[in-house]
Amino acid sequence: MSIFVDDDTRVVVQGITGGEGKFHAGQMIEYGTNVVAGAVPGKGGQEVDGVPVYDTVDEAVEAENADASVIFVPPAFAADAIFESLDTDLDLAVAITEGIPTQDMAKVNKRLSETDTRLLGPNCPGIITPGESKLGILPGNIFSEGNVGLVSRSGTLTYQVVDNLTERGLGQSTAIGIGGDPIIGTSFIDALEAFEADPDTDAVVMCGEIGGEDEEQAARFIGEHMDTPVAGFIAGRTAPPGKRMGHAGAIVSGSGTGTAQSKIDALNEAGVPVGDTPEEVADHVEEFL
Amino acid sequence: MKLHEHQAKSIFADAGIPVPDSRLATTVDEALDAVDEIGYPAAIKAQVHVGGRGKAGGIKIATDRDEAEQYAEEILGMDLKGYTVDQVLVEAGVDFVDELYVGVTMDRGEGKPVLMVSTEGGVDIEEVAEENPDAIAREHVDPAFGLHPYQARKVVYEAGVDADVALDVASILSTLYDLYEENDASEIEVNPVMITDDRDVVAADAVMNIDEDALFRQPDLAEMAEESYEDDLERKAGEYGFDYVRLSGNVGIIGNGAGLVMTTLDLVDYYGGAPANFLDIGGGAKAERVTQALDMVFSDENVDAVVFNIFGGITRGDEVAKGINEALEQFDEIPKKVVVRLAGTNAEEGMEILNTDLVEVEKTLEDAVQRAVQNAEEVTQ
Repeated sequence: MSIFVDDDTRVVVQGITGGEGKFHAGQMIEYGTNVVAGAVPGKGGQEVDGVPVYDTVDEAVEAENADASVIFVPPAFAADAIFESLDTDLDLAVAITEGIPTQDMAKVNKRLSETDTRLLGPNCPGIITPGESKLGILPGNIFSEGNVGLVSRSGTLTYQVVDNLTERGLGQSTAIGIGGDPIIGTSFIDALEAFEADPDTDAVVMCGEIGGEDEEQAARFIGEHMDTPVAGFIAGRTAPPGKRMGHAGAIVSGSGTGTAQSKIDALNEAGVPVGDTPEEVADHVEEFL
Repeated sequence: MKLHEHQAKSIFADAGIPVPDSRLATTVDEALDAVDEIGYPAAIKAQVHVGGRGKAGGIKIATDRDEAEQYAEEILGMDLKGYTVDQVLVEAGVDFVDELYVGVTMDRGEGKPVLMVSTEGGVDIEEVAEENPDAIAREHVDPAFGLHPYQARKVVYEAGVDADVALDVASILSTLYDLYEENDASEIEVNPVMITDDRDVVAADAVMNIDEDALFRQPDLAEMAEESYEDDLERKAGEYGFDYVRLSGNVGIIGNGAGLVMTTLDLVDYYGGAPANFLDIGGGAKAERVTQALDMVFSDENVDAVVFNIFGGITRGDEVAKGINEALEQFDEIPKKVVVRLAGTNAEEGMEILNTDLVEVEKTLEDAVQRAVQNAEEVTQ
């Protein structure tokens, strides 16, 4: 089993005719994902790599029974694309786009609270259930099937940790990048809750970074609600306050909230060992299993 | 992106928020002309993006022309926490009887903007938040509806602002919220709002930060961002479009993806080195980006050694390797030792392409970082 996506997930790619959308739709198909449609305004009736394109998400759902979307739409139009997914009542919308204005995301967030659609991202690498389905830009070849769940704010850091796991024969049930922006859909807690409920996930890796208080809240959730063991990693120990470290969300405020130390302390308090290096994270997972 | 105080105040003034009379000056003569027009007392305020300017000596109040000259000479050109002051704001002093704090920011946890008001203005608000959180009244705004005017009044009354000025303060707060929305601000703060003897309300300071991701639809503010760079390297990074942060160490770091670059910084520190910078070349970088990144790090005189760490997803190892070769082949002598680690997409092809006469190669992140730290140590010894 797995969480959020599997063999049956039927995907519509929003922005499939753009450079990135086209490339990654091809990569997803190659991995075995059911990419059933594309949605691009004004491009209805075309085909991309044999995938039919529709003008709206609504039409794509109607014609192809899509139940999830992946969004490769430039920042200026991305919030609109997310609204389209939410208003079409898809089960899952994965927003890859980096650089969506925060005030746009505040409006999306409000709408999200009124729908049943799960939003992943934005500014995320997507989600993969190895051997079944991948929605996003994660390089499929580094993942392997197994029983370790992984949830992370960062894309390339996910790849690094997965590489360390795979090298030791520790495969993954599902790996999720929740995104590096200040306002995101699926949180650490949402993912952890799902992993806890998944009988085929026997250990979880959580990779956080500086900024906000999501990791602290996740730590409390782990302490109170999880039996599945969790190993942690926190990036940004050396980040100075007030500087945005690449991700819009990765910033330690002047008052000292969002520091790596506060996150590491909270995780340790919940019984979660935090690795000093990605290699040490893999050590902890190996001990769990 | 942070605006300077004088930039934020001109936006405030245009929106009808009362601010003290002021002039911008870049020389002592200009500063003196400004005080001659404004009168005394006059505040001389360094225009740099540094917190705690006052405590660090960047704000002085002049009561006559001699003092004004002395302070302008002191402050212009001074080094404030690593930044050189090249502009001062000369501003009419305000006689006040009370100071308030008002602000608008995004509450990440709630995903909503929040208004904040406190009667404990004029001091470090973060200290107030920590020691006496009840002294700050808060009101969340539904981003779909925007601000209802009653909300500004409610939070002002709740904070305990004097009744005779409460509506004036609420009106300023309401305008600040409009500015927050119109300008895609991430934060607007006025600390303090001064209440004068005559019960006038004046915005005596102004902090305004803009969401960098929204600059594409804020052309005027994007121009101000250009003026706001205070460091040649930061300016260069802006031109190249890199996410770049300068730090104080001597190990230069280049990588892809914010989380992994931060991790590389942390590992440099963990293995006993000191990171010189954060530089994320982003996803899908081609050879040219790689050359630009190396140029950035080589132009930082603090850098003694470099680690280049790429885990390719959409970024291809062979492209990166080509860029590294091209960049380094231009030099008769490599200015700083570069350790490269490539993993992920096309990493093996990349490793084969890399010219090992020019760079050192390591297979794991840990080994690459340790070697770069060692290289930096050898230079400083």
